[in-house]
Amino acid sequence: MSIHDLLNQNFVAWMDAEKGPASDIVISSRVRLARNLRLVPFPHLLDEKRGNQVVEEIRKAWKKSGYHELLAMDLVTFNELPLLDRKILMEKHLISPEHSEASASFKGIMVNKDGSLAFMINEEDHLRLQCFLPGLQLMECYNRLQGVDDELEKYLDYAFDEKRGYLTSCPTNVGTGMRASVMLHLPALAISGQLNRIFQNVNQLGMTVRGLYGENTDAVGNFYQLSNQITLGQTEEDIINNLTGITEQIVEQERLTRERLLKEMPYQIEDRIGRAYGILTNARVMTSNEAMLHLSDVRLGVDLGIIKGLKPFALNELIVALRPAHLQKKAGKEMEPFERDVKRAEVIKEKLARYQK
Amino acid sequence: MYCEECKVRPATVHLTQIINGQTMQTHLCEQCAAKKGASMFNLNIEPGFSIPNLLGTLFGNVYNMQEVSTPAVLSTTCPNCGMSFERIRQTGKLGCSECYSAFARELEPTLRRVHGNSQHIGKIPKRGGGKVMLKKKIEELKSRLQKAVAREEYEKAAEIRDEIKRLEKEME
Repeated sequence: MSIHDLLNQNFVAWMDAEKGPASDIVISSRVRLARNLRLVPFPHLLDEKRGNQVVEEIRKAWKKSGYHELLAMDLVTFNELPLLDRKILMEKHLISPEHSEASASFKGIMVNKDGSLAFMINEEDHLRLQCFLPGLQLMECYNRLQGVDDELEKYLDYAFDEKRGYLTSCPTNVGTGMRASVMLHLPALAISGQLNRIFQNVNQLGMTVRGLYGENTDAVGNFYQLSNQITLGQTEEDIINNLTGITEQIVEQERLTRERLLKEMPYQIEDRIGRAYGILTNARVMTSNEAMLHLSDVRLGVDLGIIKGLKPFALNELIVALRPAHLQKKAGKEMEPFERDVKRAEVIKEKLARYQK
Repeated sequence: MYCEECKVRPATVHLTQIINGQTMQTHLCEQCAAKKGASMFNLNIEPGFSIPNLLGTLFGNVYNMQEVSTPAVLSTTCPNCGMSFERIRQTGKLGCSECYSAFARELEPTLRRVHGNSQHIGKIPKRGGGKVMLKKKIEELKSRLQKAVAREEYEKAAEIRDEIKRLEKEME
Protein backbone atom coordinates (compact mmCIF):
# COMPACT_ATOMS: atom_id res chain seq x y z
CA MET A 1 0.00 0.00 0.00
CA SER A 2 1.47 3.28 -1.09
CA ILE A 3 0.50 5.26 1.99
CA HIS A 4 2.84 3.17 4.13
CA ASP A 5 5.77 3.92 1.86
CA LEU A 6 4.92 7.56 2.29
CA LEU A 7 4.70 7.28 6.08
CA ASN A 8 7.98 5.41 6.46
CA GLN A 9 10.18 7.76 4.51
CA ASN A 10 10.91 11.46 4.77
CA PHE A 11 10.55 12.05 1.06
CA VAL A 12 7.57 13.73 -0.61
CA ALA A 13 7.40 15.04 -4.17
CA TRP A 14 7.64 18.74 -3.25
CA MET A 15 11.10 18.23 -1.71
CA ASP A 16 12.64 17.32 -5.03
CA ALA A 17 14.24 20.73 -5.49
CA GLU A 18 16.11 19.86 -8.67
CA LYS A 19 12.82 19.41 -10.50
CA GLY A 20 11.38 22.78 -9.53
CA PRO A 21 12.01 26.20 -11.10
CA ALA A 22 13.30 28.89 -8.70
CA SER A 23 13.50 26.24 -5.99
CA ASP A 24 16.29 28.08 -4.16
CA ILE A 25 13.62 30.50 -2.94
CA VAL A 26 10.28 28.89 -3.74
CA ILE A 27 10.32 25.64 -1.77
CA SER A 28 7.02 24.32 -3.04
CA SER A 29 3.77 25.13 -4.84
CA ARG A 30 0.35 23.90 -3.81
CA VAL A 31 -3.10 24.21 -5.35
CA ARG A 32 -6.20 23.14 -3.45
CA LEU A 33 -9.73 22.80 -4.80
CA ALA A 34 -12.68 22.61 -2.38
CA ARG A 35 -15.57 20.47 -3.59
CA ASN A 36 -18.82 19.48 -1.87
CA LEU A 37 -21.72 17.18 -2.56
CA ARG A 38 -25.05 18.78 -3.36
CA LEU A 39 -27.63 18.74 -0.51
CA VAL A 40 -25.39 16.83 1.90
CA PRO A 41 -24.67 18.88 5.06
CA PHE A 42 -21.10 20.19 5.23
CA PRO A 43 -18.65 18.15 7.39
CA HIS A 44 -19.04 20.26 10.55
CA LEU A 45 -22.70 19.16 10.68
CA LEU A 46 -22.12 15.49 9.83
CA ASP A 47 -22.56 12.67 12.28
CA GLU A 48 -20.71 9.40 11.82
CA LYS A 49 -23.46 7.74 9.77
CA ARG A 50 -23.94 10.52 7.23
CA GLY A 51 -20.23 11.21 7.23
CA ASN A 52 -19.55 7.61 6.25
CA GLN A 53 -22.03 7.91 3.40
CA VAL A 54 -19.94 10.77 2.02
CA VAL A 55 -16.81 8.61 2.27
CA GLU A 56 -18.62 5.78 0.48
CA GLU A 57 -19.74 8.09 -2.34
CA ILE A 58 -16.19 9.27 -2.81
CA ARG A 59 -14.91 5.69 -2.64
CA LYS A 60 -17.45 4.61 -5.28
CA ALA A 61 -16.47 7.44 -7.62
CA TRP A 62 -12.81 6.54 -7.14
CA LYS A 63 -13.43 2.84 -7.86
CA LYS A 64 -15.56 3.54 -10.92
CA SER A 65 -13.01 5.80 -12.52
CA GLY A 66 -10.17 4.29 -14.49
CA TYR A 67 -8.24 7.56 -14.53
CA HIS A 68 -4.52 6.88 -14.09
CA GLU A 69 -3.91 9.49 -11.38
CA LEU A 70 -6.78 8.11 -9.32
CA LEU A 71 -5.73 4.49 -9.84
CA ALA A 72 -2.38 5.34 -8.28
CA MET A 73 -3.97 6.59 -5.05
CA ASP A 74 -4.90 5.03 -1.72
CA LEU A 75 -7.98 5.89 0.33
CA VAL A 76 -7.50 5.61 4.09
CA THR A 77 -9.94 6.67 6.81
CA PHE A 78 -8.57 8.03 10.05
CA ASN A 79 -9.96 5.30 12.31
CA GLU A 80 -7.40 3.08 10.53
CA LEU A 81 -4.53 5.51 10.92
CA PRO A 82 -2.87 6.20 14.30
CA LEU A 83 -2.38 9.78 15.47
CA LEU A 84 1.38 9.60 14.91
CA ASP A 85 0.87 8.72 11.23
CA ARG A 86 -1.67 11.50 10.81
CA LYS A 87 0.86 13.93 12.33
CA ILE A 88 3.44 12.64 9.82
CA LEU A 89 1.06 13.56 6.99
CA MET A 90 0.58 16.98 8.58
CA GLU A 91 4.32 17.58 8.94
CA LYS A 92 4.74 16.72 5.27
CA HIS A 93 2.10 19.43 4.66
CA LEU A 94 -0.28 16.92 3.04
CA ILE A 95 -3.11 17.55 5.52
CA SER A 96 -4.01 20.47 7.76
CA PRO A 97 -3.20 20.47 11.48
CA GLU A 98 -6.96 20.39 12.31
CA HIS A 99 -7.54 17.41 10.03
CA SER A 100 -4.70 15.47 11.64
CA GLU A 101 -6.42 15.75 15.04
CA ALA A 102 -9.52 13.89 13.86
CA SER A 103 -9.73 10.14 14.42
CA ALA A 104 -13.29 9.71 13.09
CA SER A 105 -14.09 6.97 10.58
CA PHE A 106 -15.58 9.54 8.20
CA LYS A 107 -12.44 11.67 8.05
CA GLY A 108 -9.66 10.54 5.79
CA ILE A 109 -7.22 11.04 2.99
CA MET A 110 -6.63 9.90 -0.56
CA VAL A 111 -2.97 10.08 -1.45
CA ASN A 112 -0.54 8.84 -4.08
CA LYS A 113 2.87 7.31 -3.59
CA ASP A 114 5.04 10.41 -3.82
CA GLY A 115 2.54 12.67 -2.07
CA SER A 116 2.14 14.95 -5.09
CA LEU A 117 -1.62 14.42 -4.83
CA ALA A 118 -3.37 14.38 -1.47
CA PHE A 119 -7.14 14.78 -1.05
CA MET A 120 -8.60 15.51 2.36
CA ILE A 121 -11.97 13.86 2.95
CA ASN A 122 -14.49 15.60 5.24
CA GLU A 123 -12.09 18.24 6.45
CA GLU A 124 -13.82 21.64 6.22
CA ASP A 125 -15.36 20.56 2.91
CA HIS A 126 -16.39 17.10 1.74
CA LEU A 127 -13.42 16.92 -0.58
CA ARG A 128 -10.33 19.06 -0.84
CA LEU A 129 -8.17 18.09 -3.79
CA GLN A 130 -4.57 19.14 -3.41
CA CYS A 131 -1.50 18.95 -5.61
CA PHE A 132 2.03 19.69 -4.36
CA LEU A 133 5.10 20.21 -6.55
CA PRO A 134 8.62 21.51 -5.91
CA GLY A 135 9.57 25.09 -6.85
CA LEU A 136 7.29 27.53 -8.62
CA GLN A 137 4.85 25.32 -10.55
CA LEU A 138 1.38 26.59 -9.72
CA MET A 139 -0.05 26.13 -13.20
CA GLU A 140 1.33 22.58 -13.35
CA CYS A 141 -0.37 21.84 -10.02
CA TYR A 142 -3.64 23.25 -11.28
CA ASN A 143 -3.51 21.31 -14.54
CA ARG A 144 -2.96 18.03 -12.73
CA LEU A 145 -5.90 18.73 -10.44
CA GLN A 146 -8.08 19.68 -13.41
CA GLY A 147 -7.73 16.16 -14.78
CA VAL A 148 -8.70 14.58 -11.48
CA ASP A 149 -11.50 17.06 -10.86
CA ASP A 150 -13.07 16.51 -14.30
CA GLU A 151 -12.94 12.78 -13.74
CA LEU A 152 -14.45 12.80 -10.23
CA GLU A 153 -17.17 15.13 -11.38
CA LYS A 154 -18.50 12.41 -13.69
CA TYR A 155 -19.43 10.34 -10.67
CA LEU A 156 -20.00 12.90 -7.91
CA ASP A 157 -22.85 15.39 -7.79
CA TYR A 158 -20.88 18.53 -6.97
CA ALA A 159 -22.59 21.45 -5.26
CA PHE A 160 -22.36 24.16 -7.89
CA ASP A 161 -24.34 27.31 -8.49
CA GLU A 162 -24.31 29.44 -11.61
CA LYS A 163 -23.88 32.65 -9.65
CA ARG A 164 -21.77 31.52 -6.69
CA GLY A 165 -19.71 28.81 -8.36
CA TYR A 166 -18.50 25.84 -6.28
CA LEU A 167 -20.31 26.02 -2.95
CA THR A 168 -18.12 25.64 0.12
CA SER A 169 -18.67 25.39 3.83
CA CYS A 170 -16.94 28.72 4.44
CA PRO A 171 -17.93 31.68 2.25
CA THR A 172 -14.27 32.69 2.01
CA ASN A 173 -13.69 29.78 -0.39
CA VAL A 174 -16.81 29.95 -2.54
CA GLY A 175 -16.54 30.45 -6.31
CA THR A 176 -13.52 28.67 -7.69
CA GLY A 177 -13.05 26.92 -4.34
CA MET A 178 -9.40 27.31 -5.16
CA ARG A 179 -6.54 28.25 -2.88
CA ALA A 180 -3.13 28.40 -4.51
CA SER A 181 -0.04 28.91 -2.40
CA VAL A 182 3.73 28.99 -2.52
CA MET A 183 6.17 28.31 0.31
CA LEU A 184 8.89 30.92 0.23
CA HIS A 185 12.26 31.15 1.97
CA LEU A 186 13.08 34.84 2.35
CA PRO A 187 16.09 35.27 4.66
CA ALA A 188 17.67 38.26 2.88
CA LEU A 189 14.44 40.26 2.80
CA ALA A 190 13.98 39.44 6.49
CA ILE A 191 17.55 40.47 7.43
CA SER A 192 17.21 43.74 5.53
CA GLY A 193 13.83 44.50 7.12
CA GLN A 194 11.88 44.71 3.88
CA LEU A 195 9.29 42.01 4.56
CA ASN A 196 6.60 44.17 6.17
CA ARG A 197 6.53 46.53 3.24
CA ILE A 198 6.30 43.69 0.75
CA PHE A 199 3.61 41.87 2.68
CA GLN A 200 1.53 45.04 2.90
CA ASN A 201 1.68 45.43 -0.87
CA VAL A 202 0.83 41.79 -1.32
CA ASN A 203 -2.25 42.17 0.89
CA GLN A 204 -3.50 45.00 -1.26
CA LEU A 205 -3.35 42.67 -4.25
CA GLY A 206 -5.75 40.20 -2.65
CA MET A 207 -3.05 37.83 -1.43
CA THR A 208 -2.27 36.79 2.11
CA VAL A 209 0.87 35.67 3.96
CA ARG A 210 0.92 32.93 6.56
CA GLY A 211 3.34 30.78 8.53
CA LEU A 212 4.84 27.45 7.65
CA TYR A 213 1.80 25.32 8.42
CA GLY A 214 -0.90 27.64 7.13
CA GLU A 215 -3.63 29.42 9.06
CA ASN A 216 -2.72 30.56 12.57
CA THR A 217 0.85 29.28 12.47
CA ASP A 218 4.09 31.18 12.97
CA ALA A 219 6.67 31.88 10.33
CA VAL A 220 9.71 30.01 11.63
CA GLY A 221 13.06 30.09 9.90
CA ASN A 222 12.00 32.79 7.42
CA PHE A 223 9.58 30.44 5.68
CA TYR A 224 6.37 32.10 4.51
CA GLN A 225 3.28 30.83 2.75
CA LEU A 226 1.80 33.21 0.20
CA SER A 227 -1.71 32.47 -1.07
CA ASN A 228 -4.69 34.02 -2.83
CA GLN A 229 -7.44 35.39 -0.62
CA ILE A 230 -10.10 35.97 -3.24
CA THR A 231 -11.88 32.95 -4.71
CA LEU A 232 -15.00 34.54 -6.23
CA GLY A 233 -15.16 36.71 -9.35
CA GLN A 234 -11.80 35.66 -10.80
CA THR A 235 -10.98 32.72 -13.01
CA GLU A 236 -8.65 29.98 -11.82
CA GLU A 237 -6.11 30.94 -14.48
CA ASP A 238 -6.15 34.60 -13.42
CA ILE A 239 -5.61 33.69 -9.78
CA ILE A 240 -2.71 31.38 -10.66
CA ASN A 241 -1.12 33.89 -13.04
CA ASN A 242 -1.42 36.70 -10.49
CA LEU A 243 0.12 34.65 -7.73
CA THR A 244 2.87 33.40 -10.04
CA GLY A 245 3.63 36.97 -11.13
CA ILE A 246 3.79 38.28 -7.57
CA THR A 247 5.95 35.34 -6.53
CA GLU A 248 8.38 36.01 -9.38
CA GLN A 249 8.70 39.61 -8.24
CA ILE A 250 9.38 38.59 -4.65
CA VAL A 251 11.95 36.05 -5.85
CA GLU A 252 13.66 38.79 -7.85
CA GLN A 253 13.72 41.10 -4.79
CA GLU A 254 15.11 38.33 -2.59
CA ARG A 255 17.85 37.54 -5.13
CA LEU A 256 18.87 41.21 -5.48
CA THR A 257 18.95 41.64 -1.72
CA ARG A 258 21.08 38.51 -1.33
CA GLU A 259 23.60 39.87 -3.81
CA ARG A 260 23.65 43.20 -2.05
CA LEU A 261 24.14 41.62 1.37
CA LEU A 262 27.00 39.52 0.08
CA LYS A 263 28.65 42.55 -1.49
CA GLU A 264 28.07 45.07 1.28
CA MET A 265 28.56 42.93 4.37
CA PRO A 266 30.36 39.73 3.36
CA TYR A 267 31.98 39.17 6.77
CA GLN A 268 28.75 39.44 8.71
CA ILE A 269 26.90 37.14 6.33
CA GLU A 270 29.62 34.50 6.21
CA ASP A 271 29.98 34.71 9.96
CA ARG A 272 26.27 34.21 10.51
CA ILE A 273 26.12 31.24 8.14
CA GLY A 274 29.26 29.65 9.54
CA ARG A 275 27.98 29.95 13.10
CA ALA A 276 24.65 28.40 12.17
CA TYR A 277 26.42 25.49 10.50
CA GLY A 278 28.71 25.11 13.49
CA ILE A 279 25.83 24.97 15.94
CA LEU A 280 23.85 22.48 13.85
CA THR A 281 26.81 20.12 13.47
CA ASN A 282 27.90 20.31 17.11
CA ALA A 283 24.84 20.80 19.27
CA ARG A 284 23.61 17.95 21.49
CA VAL A 285 20.19 19.41 22.33
CA MET A 286 18.13 21.26 19.74
CA THR A 287 14.56 22.60 19.86
CA SER A 288 12.60 22.66 16.66
CA ASN A 289 12.45 26.47 16.52
CA GLU A 290 16.18 26.86 17.04
CA ALA A 291 16.86 24.26 14.37
CA MET A 292 14.65 26.05 11.84
CA LEU A 293 16.41 29.33 12.58
CA HIS A 294 19.86 27.88 11.87
CA LEU A 295 18.66 25.80 8.96
CA SER A 296 17.43 28.99 7.34
CA ASP A 297 20.96 30.44 7.57
CA VAL A 298 22.57 27.23 6.33
CA ARG A 299 20.17 27.17 3.44
CA LEU A 300 21.13 30.73 2.57
CA GLY A 301 24.77 29.64 2.78
CA VAL A 302 24.14 26.84 0.29
CA ASP A 303 22.29 29.17 -2.09
CA LEU A 304 25.11 31.74 -1.92
CA GLY A 305 27.77 29.10 -2.49
CA ILE A 306 29.33 29.72 0.93
CA ILE A 307 28.54 26.18 2.07
CA LYS A 308 29.40 23.64 -0.62
CA GLY A 309 28.37 20.08 -1.21
CA LEU A 310 25.02 20.25 0.56
CA LYS A 311 22.03 19.61 -1.66
CA PRO A 312 18.84 21.70 -1.47
CA PHE A 313 16.92 18.43 -1.38
CA ALA A 314 18.64 17.45 1.86
CA LEU A 315 17.60 20.76 3.40
CA ASN A 316 13.98 20.32 2.34
CA GLU A 317 14.05 16.85 3.81
CA LEU A 318 15.44 18.20 7.07
CA ILE A 319 12.61 20.72 7.49
CA VAL A 320 10.30 17.73 7.78
CA ALA A 321 12.62 15.16 9.36
CA LEU A 322 13.21 17.30 12.44
CA ARG A 323 9.52 17.65 13.32
CA PRO A 324 8.22 15.75 16.38
CA ALA A 325 6.19 13.03 14.61
CA HIS A 326 8.97 12.22 12.14
CA LEU A 327 11.51 11.99 14.95
CA GLN A 328 9.27 9.62 16.89
CA LYS A 329 8.48 7.50 13.85
CA LYS A 330 12.20 7.15 13.19
CA ALA A 331 12.91 6.28 16.82
CA GLY A 332 9.98 3.85 16.81
CA LYS A 333 8.63 5.17 20.10
CA GLU A 334 6.93 8.07 21.79
CA MET A 335 9.32 10.64 23.18
CA GLU A 336 9.20 13.46 25.71
CA PRO A 337 10.09 16.94 24.38
CA PHE A 338 13.60 16.77 25.87
CA GLU A 339 14.28 13.34 24.36
CA ARG A 340 13.12 14.72 21.02
CA ASP A 341 15.48 17.68 21.31
CA VAL A 342 18.36 15.25 21.80
CA LYS A 343 17.22 13.04 18.94
CA ARG A 344 16.75 16.10 16.73
CA ALA A 345 20.34 17.22 17.30
CA GLU A 346 21.46 13.71 16.33
CA VAL A 347 19.36 13.55 13.16
CA ILE A 348 20.54 16.96 11.97
CA LYS A 349 24.19 16.15 12.63
CA GLU A 350 23.87 12.85 10.80
CA LYS A 351 22.16 14.38 7.77
CA LEU A 352 24.52 17.31 7.44
CA ALA A 353 27.51 14.99 7.74
CA ARG A 354 26.13 12.56 5.19
CA TYR A 355 25.67 15.20 2.53
CA GLN A 356 28.85 17.12 3.30
CA LYS A 357 31.18 15.46 0.86
CA MET B 1 -17.05 41.56 32.13
CA TYR B 2 -20.44 42.65 30.83
CA CYS B 3 -21.13 44.49 27.62
CA GLU B 4 -20.96 48.26 28.15
CA GLU B 5 -23.86 48.79 25.81
CA CYS B 6 -26.59 46.35 26.91
CA LYS B 7 -25.02 45.47 30.30
CA VAL B 8 -26.64 42.02 30.00
CA ARG B 9 -24.48 39.79 27.80
CA PRO B 10 -20.80 39.11 28.46
CA ALA B 11 -18.39 41.33 26.52
CA THR B 12 -16.58 39.33 23.85
CA VAL B 13 -15.54 42.09 21.46
CA HIS B 14 -12.85 44.46 22.72
CA LEU B 15 -12.35 47.61 20.75
CA THR B 16 -9.28 49.77 21.06
CA GLN B 17 -9.57 53.08 19.27
CA ILE B 18 -6.89 55.70 19.09
CA ILE B 19 -8.37 59.10 18.37
CA ASN B 20 -6.05 62.14 18.38
CA GLY B 21 -3.49 60.15 20.35
CA GLN B 22 -6.04 59.21 23.04
CA THR B 23 -6.59 55.50 23.54
CA MET B 24 -10.21 54.47 24.12
CA GLN B 25 -11.26 50.98 25.14
CA THR B 26 -14.76 49.69 24.52
CA HIS B 27 -16.01 46.27 25.58
CA LEU B 28 -19.09 44.94 23.83
CA CYS B 29 -21.02 41.75 23.22
CA GLU B 30 -21.18 40.47 19.67
CA GLN B 31 -24.73 41.72 19.06
CA CYS B 32 -24.05 45.25 20.27
CA ALA B 33 -20.74 45.36 18.41
CA ALA B 34 -22.57 44.44 15.23
CA LYS B 35 -25.17 47.12 15.94
CA LYS B 36 -22.46 49.69 16.42
CA GLY B 37 -21.31 48.80 12.97
CA ALA B 38 -17.79 48.18 14.17
CA SER B 39 -16.27 47.21 10.89
CA MET B 40 -13.82 44.37 10.78
CA PHE B 41 -11.20 46.67 9.40
CA ASN B 42 -10.99 49.20 12.20
CA LEU B 43 -11.37 46.65 14.97
CA ASN B 44 -8.19 46.21 16.93
CA ILE B 45 -8.48 42.50 17.33
CA GLU B 46 -7.31 40.94 20.57
CA PRO B 47 -5.15 37.83 20.31
CA GLY B 48 -7.29 34.75 20.46
CA PHE B 49 -10.00 36.32 18.37
CA SER B 50 -10.72 33.43 16.06
CA ILE B 51 -11.54 33.43 12.36
CA PRO B 52 -15.13 32.21 12.88
CA ASN B 53 -15.66 35.12 15.26
CA LEU B 54 -14.28 37.48 12.69
CA LEU B 55 -16.61 36.13 10.08
CA GLY B 56 -19.41 36.28 12.59
CA THR B 57 -18.76 39.97 13.01
CA LEU B 58 -18.70 40.29 9.27
CA PHE B 59 -22.10 38.69 8.92
CA GLY B 60 -23.38 40.76 11.81
CA ASN B 61 -22.46 44.01 10.15
CA VAL B 62 -23.95 42.88 6.96
CA TYR B 63 -27.38 42.28 8.19
CA ASN B 64 -27.37 45.52 10.10
CA MET B 65 -26.38 47.37 7.00
CA GLN B 66 -29.43 45.95 5.35
CA GLU B 67 -31.63 47.11 8.23
CA VAL B 68 -33.69 43.96 8.16
CA SER B 69 -35.53 43.34 11.40
CA THR B 70 -33.59 40.93 13.58
CA PRO B 71 -36.28 38.37 14.50
CA ALA B 72 -37.38 37.82 10.91
CA VAL B 73 -33.90 36.99 9.64
CA LEU B 74 -32.86 34.98 12.63
CA SER B 75 -35.93 32.77 12.54
CA THR B 76 -35.38 31.82 8.89
CA THR B 77 -33.77 28.42 8.50
CA CYS B 78 -32.41 26.54 5.51
CA PRO B 79 -35.12 24.15 4.26
CA ASN B 80 -32.52 21.46 3.52
CA CYS B 81 -30.29 21.36 6.62
CA GLY B 82 -32.18 23.49 9.15
CA MET B 83 -29.27 25.88 9.69
CA SER B 84 -30.29 29.32 10.95
CA PHE B 85 -28.60 32.53 9.89
CA GLU B 86 -27.88 33.20 13.55
CA ARG B 87 -25.74 30.05 13.70
CA ILE B 88 -23.98 30.90 10.47
CA ARG B 89 -23.17 34.24 12.04
CA GLN B 90 -21.73 32.55 15.10
CA THR B 91 -19.71 29.84 13.37
CA GLY B 92 -18.78 31.55 10.12
CA LYS B 93 -19.78 28.37 8.31
CA LEU B 94 -22.79 27.49 6.19
CA GLY B 95 -24.72 24.27 6.68
CA CYS B 96 -25.07 22.89 3.17
CA SER B 97 -25.16 23.83 -0.51
CA GLU B 98 -28.77 25.05 -0.18
CA CYS B 99 -27.88 27.62 2.50
CA TYR B 100 -26.46 29.70 -0.34
CA SER B 101 -29.91 30.16 -1.85
CA ALA B 102 -31.81 30.21 1.47
CA PHE B 103 -29.68 33.11 2.68
CA ALA B 104 -28.80 34.60 -0.71
CA ARG B 105 -29.80 38.11 0.33
CA GLU B 106 -27.94 38.01 3.65
CA LEU B 107 -24.82 36.56 2.03
CA GLU B 108 -24.57 38.96 -0.89
CA PRO B 109 -22.90 41.85 1.01
CA THR B 110 -20.64 39.44 2.90
CA LEU B 111 -19.37 37.94 -0.34
CA ARG B 112 -18.83 41.39 -1.77
CA ARG B 113 -16.85 42.39 1.27
CA VAL B 114 -14.69 39.25 1.30
CA HIS B 115 -14.12 38.89 -2.44
CA GLY B 116 -15.01 42.33 -3.79
CA ASN B 117 -17.36 40.44 -6.05
CA SER B 118 -20.33 38.13 -5.92
CA GLN B 119 -20.50 36.51 -9.37
CA HIS B 120 -18.52 33.36 -10.22
CA ILE B 121 -16.68 33.52 -13.54
CA GLY B 122 -14.36 30.54 -13.18
CA LYS B 123 -14.64 26.87 -14.02
CA ILE B 124 -18.06 25.30 -14.62
CA PRO B 125 -18.43 21.55 -14.05
CA LYS B 126 -19.23 19.80 -17.31
CA ARG B 127 -22.11 17.76 -15.96
CA GLY B 128 -23.82 20.33 -13.74
CA GLY B 129 -22.50 23.05 -16.01
CA GLY B 130 -23.98 21.54 -19.17
CA LYS B 131 -27.36 21.93 -17.55
CA VAL B 132 -26.59 25.48 -16.58
CA MET B 133 -25.77 26.28 -20.18
CA LEU B 134 -28.91 24.51 -21.45
CA LYS B 135 -31.01 26.39 -18.94
CA LYS B 136 -29.61 29.68 -20.17
CA LYS B 137 -30.35 28.72 -23.77
CA ILE B 138 -33.93 27.68 -22.94
CA GLU B 139 -34.57 30.96 -21.12
CA GLU B 140 -33.30 32.87 -24.10
CA LEU B 141 -35.50 30.86 -26.50
CA LYS B 142 -38.54 31.42 -24.30
CA SER B 143 -38.16 35.17 -24.50
CA ARG B 144 -37.73 34.89 -28.28
CA LEU B 145 -40.89 32.77 -28.40
CA GLN B 146 -42.89 35.46 -26.60
CA LYS B 147 -41.63 38.10 -28.99
CA ALA B 148 -42.50 35.93 -32.00
CA VAL B 149 -46.02 35.37 -30.67
CA ALA B 150 -46.42 39.08 -29.98
CA ARG B 151 -45.47 39.80 -33.59
CA GLU B 152 -47.85 37.05 -34.73
CA GLU B 153 -45.04 35.14 -36.44
CA TYR B 154 -46.63 31.79 -35.68
CA GLU B 155 -44.49 29.68 -37.97
CA LYS B 156 -41.33 30.95 -36.35
CA ALA B 157 -42.90 30.53 -32.90
CA ALA B 158 -43.65 26.89 -33.61
CA GLU B 159 -40.02 26.34 -34.61
CA ILE B 160 -38.78 27.92 -31.40
CA ARG B 161 -41.29 25.91 -29.36
CA ASP B 162 -40.00 22.66 -30.87
CA GLU B 163 -36.43 23.67 -30.11
CA ILE B 164 -37.36 24.41 -26.48
CA LYS B 165 -39.05 21.01 -26.20
CA ARG B 166 -35.97 19.30 -27.59
CA LEU B 167 -33.64 21.08 -25.16
CA GLU B 168 -35.92 20.37 -22.21
CA LYS B 169 -35.80 16.70 -23.05
CA GLU B 170 -32.02 16.90 -23.15
CA MET B 171 -32.01 18.44 -19.68
CA GLU B 172 -33.68 15.40 -18.12
